[in-house]
This record gives sequence, C-alpha cells and structure tokens, in this order.
Amino acid sequence: MSVPLSYIWRNLAARRLTTLLTAGGMALVVFVFATVLMLEEGLRVTLVETGSPGNVVVTRRSAGTEVQSIIDREQAAIVESQPEIALGEHGLQLASKETVVLISLAKRGSDKASNVLIRGVGSHGLELRPQVSLLSGRMFRPGSTEIIAGKSVAERYQGTGVGETLRFGQREWTVVGIMDAGRTGFDSEIWGDADQLMQAFRRSVYSSVIVKLVDPDRFPEFRARLEADPRLTLDIKQESVFYAEQSQLLANFISYLGMILSIIFSIGAIIGAMITMYASVANRATEIGTLRALGFRRANILAAFLVEALMLGAAGGVAGLALASFMQFFTISTMNWQSFSELAFSFTLNGEIAAKSLAFALVMGVAGGFLPAARAARLDIVDSLRAA
Amino acid sequence: MESPAEPIVRIRNLTKSYRRGEQRVPVLTNISFDIAAGEFIALMGPSGSGKSTLLNLIAGIDKPDGGSLTVNGTDIATLSEAELADWRAANVGFIFQFYNLMPVLTAFENVELPLLLTSLARGERQARVDLALSMVGLADRTTHYPSELSGGQQQRVAIARAFITDPVILVADEPTGDLDRASANDILALLERLNAELGKTIIMVTHDPHAARSAHAIRHLEKGELDVAP
Ligand SMILES: Nc1ncnc2c1ncn2[C@@H]1O[C@H](COP(=O)(O)OP(=O)(O)O)[C@@H](O)[C@H]1O
Ligand SMILES: [Mg+2]
Repeated sequence: MSVPLSYIWRNLAARRLTTLLTAGGMALVVFVFATVLMLEEGLRVTLVETGSPGNVVVTRRSAGTEVQSIIDREQAAIVESQPEIALGEHGLQLASKETVVLISLAKRGSDKASNVLIRGVGSHGLELRPQVSLLSGRMFRPGSTEIIAGKSVAERYQGTGVGETLRFGQREWTVVGIMDAGRTGFDSEIWGDADQLMQAFRRSVYSSVIVKLVDPDRFPEFRARLEADPRLTLDIKQESVFYAEQSQLLANFISYLGMILSIIFSIGAIIGAMITMYASVANRATEIGTLRALGFRRANILAAFLVEALMLGAAGGVAGLALASFMQFFTISTMNWQSFSELAFSFTLNGEIAAKSLAFALVMGVAGGFLPAARAARLDIVDSLRAA
Repeated sequence: MESPAEPIVRIRNLTKSYRRGEQRVPVLTNISFDIAAGEFIALMGPSGSGKSTLLNLIAGIDKPDGGSLTVNGTDIATLSEAELADWRAANVGFIFQFYNLMPVLTAFENVELPLLLTSLARGERQARVDLALSMVGLADRTTHYPSELSGGQQQRVAIARAFITDPVILVADEPTGDLDRASANDILALLERLNAELGKTIIMVTHDPHAARSAHAIRHLEKGELDVAP
C-alpha cells in the first residue's frame, strides 16, 4: 500500500488558499480549452444539420460557395431533369433552383451593419429542408415580395419582425413569417421567391440547384452523369459535405486560435502548479523524511506528490468544465468568410469534449507536478529530517 | 533463531564522514561495539559529536563510508535503497525529538501509518492501533490532530507509531529534548516499559543525564570515538 489518499487530500485542504488559486488558474485554462472545443462542435453540428441526407447541392465548378456560383437556366433545367431525383406532388421533381444575394442589414440596438444572406427558393425550397419550420406568421406567397426570416436573423436585425418591411433591390419586402431552422445555417438567412429576387436584383442566373434524390445511394450515378455531360461545368456535392466544406476555414481558424490560446495559458497554469508543488515539497521536507524513515519508498513519495498534483488538476478541470457548461446558454454569431455572411451557432458540450478537457487538466497537473514530485522522491532522508 | 549471545546490533570499524565543500569532515572514526538484544542504552556526548549520525546509521536511514553494520542479522550496509526501506519498515521504530507526526492526520491515523506498509487488513489495523494508543494512555484521543495535543501527548502518539509494527529495535533521538520534566518522565517511563515488558531493544540519544538514568548502559561519544561510560 502507499501513502493514504486522505493524507494527500487533507494537505491540499489545509493549504486552502494556494490550492484554490492554483486550481483556479487551471480552471481558467480548461475553461478556454473547453469553450473552444464547444465552439468548434457547435459550428460542426450547425453545418452537419444544415445538410439533409439525400439532398444534393449543385453549384458552378470550383465556385466553392453559392454566393460565387452561377448556373444558367439551361444548365439548371438539365440538372432538374435527371432520373435519380425524387418526385413530389403533381409528379414534379423535388428540386429548388435557388439564388443567393448578400445584403447589408443594420443590427438591432447598435445600427452596425452586417451581411445577411437572402435566399430565393423555388416552390420546393421548404419541402427540401425538413429541419426548417415556421415559427410564426406564414410562408411567403410565390410571385410576391414577401419574405420570411430565420429566427436568429429576426432576433438580431432591424426590420425583420413579422409585419415589418425591408428595402433592398429597389423594392419594399414584407416579412410575413419567422422560420425556425433549428441549429442549421438557414436560421441565419432570409428566404423569398427566387424569381422575384432575381428580377429585383436583375439577375438572369441561379446560384445553385438543390435536389432530393430518390435514394441517397444513387448519388454516385447522379454525379457521374452530370460530370460527364459536356454542356455542364458543375460541382455536385451531398448537402452535408457542401456545408461542412463551406465552413472549413472558420473551423480551422477557431481550432488554431483555441490551440494557441490554450497552450499559452496552460504554460502559465503549469508554472503556477509547479511553484505550488515545489512549495508544498519544501514545506513538508520533514514529513517526507519521516515517511521515508517509516519505510515508505521513494516511489511511494513520488506517487503521493503526483497524486496531489493530479488532484489539483482534477479540481481545476471540474471547475473549468462547470464554468464552460454555462456557455451552452450563449449563441454567437460570426462572419463565415467563405460565404461572406453571418452564421449563428451555439457552444455545444458533449461527453467527448468533457473527457478531453478533464484529460487536459490532468496533463497540466502532471506537467506541473512531475519535477517537484521527483525532487520530493530524491530527498535525502537524513538531510530532510535535519531540516526541522 | 538467534542464540541469546548474538548481539542485535554488531558494529565493526564503522567510519562516516560528510563532505563540506571540497573537504571531507570525519564524523565517526573506526567505531566498533555491540548491543545485546533487549538492551536499553543511552548514547551521550557533546553536541556535534556524531550521536545522531551513529543512530541514523544503525536505523538504516544513512549509509556508512566503511566498516560493517549488522542489525538483527542483516548486514544493512549492503542493502539497496528499496530493500533498506522495507527493512526499516519491518525492523526499526523511530522516535524523534520533535515527534514528527503528520499534522493533517489524527492520532489514530498517524499510528496506523506504518501498518499501511504491511498486509494487515483494516480491521486488524484498527485493533492494533487502538491497543497501542491505550498502552500509551491516549485511548480517548484517537481522533485528535497533533495540534490538539500537548507535546508529551504527541510524543506518546509517536511512540505508539514506533512500536505498532512490533520492530526489534527502537531508536530515539533526544526523545525528551523538547519536553518539560513531568512529560519527559512519562516518556521515559513508557520507554522503560516497552523495554521491560515487550523486550524492545532501545537506543536513545540524549544529553540529559537524568534521561540517561532510565537506560541500562550509557555510551559516550567524543569527537567521533566511543568510550565506555565512566
Ligand atoms: N548531512 C550532513 N552534512 C554535513 N555535515 C553533517 C551532516 N550530518 C551531520 N553533520 C555533521 O556531523 C557532525 C555530527 O553531527 P550529529 O551526528 O548530528 O551530532 P550530534 O547528534 O552528536 O549533535 C556535526 O559536526 C554535523 O555538523
Ligand atoms: Mg543530534
């Protein structure tokens, strides 16, 4: 057996203030670490949920995003007529020829403007997105200047409530409904009739065509035929892949920034833990010498101080994670540079992130505690007993 | 196992020096003597004469430079670090001038500490610790922390911790050095009982002639050399 846990634990409790400060430092680092992972996860969930299985997004080859994509009417017609596309009511293909435009809208409360994506959708636009439902008001009527706003847009931008009007494309547009698009990117968009929007913005081309396949497994055939068609120069992607790729840059940025912040902060926390642990060893030299005299081995002493550092790390980890879990109540919106529009998503905590954060805290504990623990284990018995 | 004539501590030509900067400072020079099993001996001598050093060598927490040192049949100078730790746990009980109890542990837990190195089950440990604490007259203080005990009481806890594993020898370095007369007498009486009733061999360093009178024999150290008491 080894040095009892109660001895280790009570020593931490006895040095209440230093323990609290040291664990607090680690808690802050874990908070940053967990928050970044939660942000990445929130973004990932938002984009994965934006895509529906079986949906395919067709854009111009190497356009990357819908904003930069151009598909003319003939090409769109060819895409729409493929046999893999599921049929809806009246035997019509489940396809939506869409156009996206960025407009600048003033935020509520601040007058600061930001880009919002307006999506002109075809008659099947809503049907193709089962995640989107109307929260209040009603759907826009085809062929009218009515629009519906995503919930997160309605919360954050002026003139986007039901019954309010917005002016863009030299027309007045009336908001007739608010859509709840869950955690998807559509929550950050405004939708209207594709033909009306194209007229208003004097466009003769679409941005993308969204189709639903009869069977998601038929995607390869569908793509192969379109890619082989000499009249077309298009990118054909599953919707989930399309959205995930679209935010890759943002996801990478968040994860690099988070990594750098975590590393810098953790160096501070590790040094803090190291100082605390060295002090703990120095203050208890006589106790260490006594334990050794009683027959505890160097390895027992090493283990005892490592466990002490691990307990500090664990305390910091749990506290930091608890703090981070409150972040789930927050939604953040940021510019997605790839689509040049704002994207709102929330911090998302899951078991994997919790485990990673705790592991990170324990690693910090060991990193800070190893050298002091090794010093404690190396102490000469007679010297440490004479230190009294 | 051993014939009664076999000494429990057998020291031959023991030397020990400490390095001070470049220089070697000799502390013990060529010490030879025996301690019989069941003895209670007092080591006396002026401060700095090497009493603690000799005691530490016998107790296996320090290593000699030369000579041989056999305690309870084991040549402890040849043991490795880890072997020596196990050997101490099984053979030696320590009593220090300043008690050296763990401040965060109760009297009970302090006494139990050496038993954690044995294979005794929890219930057996509990029984032994309770017995030891009642032997030193502290049955009603088991849940007290050292800071809640007087110096004399703390030293009695330390003594219980020293004999809890039933070691063959007890080493005590100035066990009464920090105590008032009355408490010191309690401690000395306790040591005499451990020697007389449990047959523990006791080696006690002291500079107090009154304390030394509890011992059967007194050895004097002077400048690293040992003399029989006058
Ligand atoms: N670890 C050490 N390092 C250097 N010198 C030491 C060490 N231990 C003891 N000494 C020296 O050895 C001598 C004897 O010390 P010690 O055995 O403690 O004497 P005593 O217990 O008789 O007072 C002293 O001069 C002391 O300074
Ligand atoms: Mg001394």
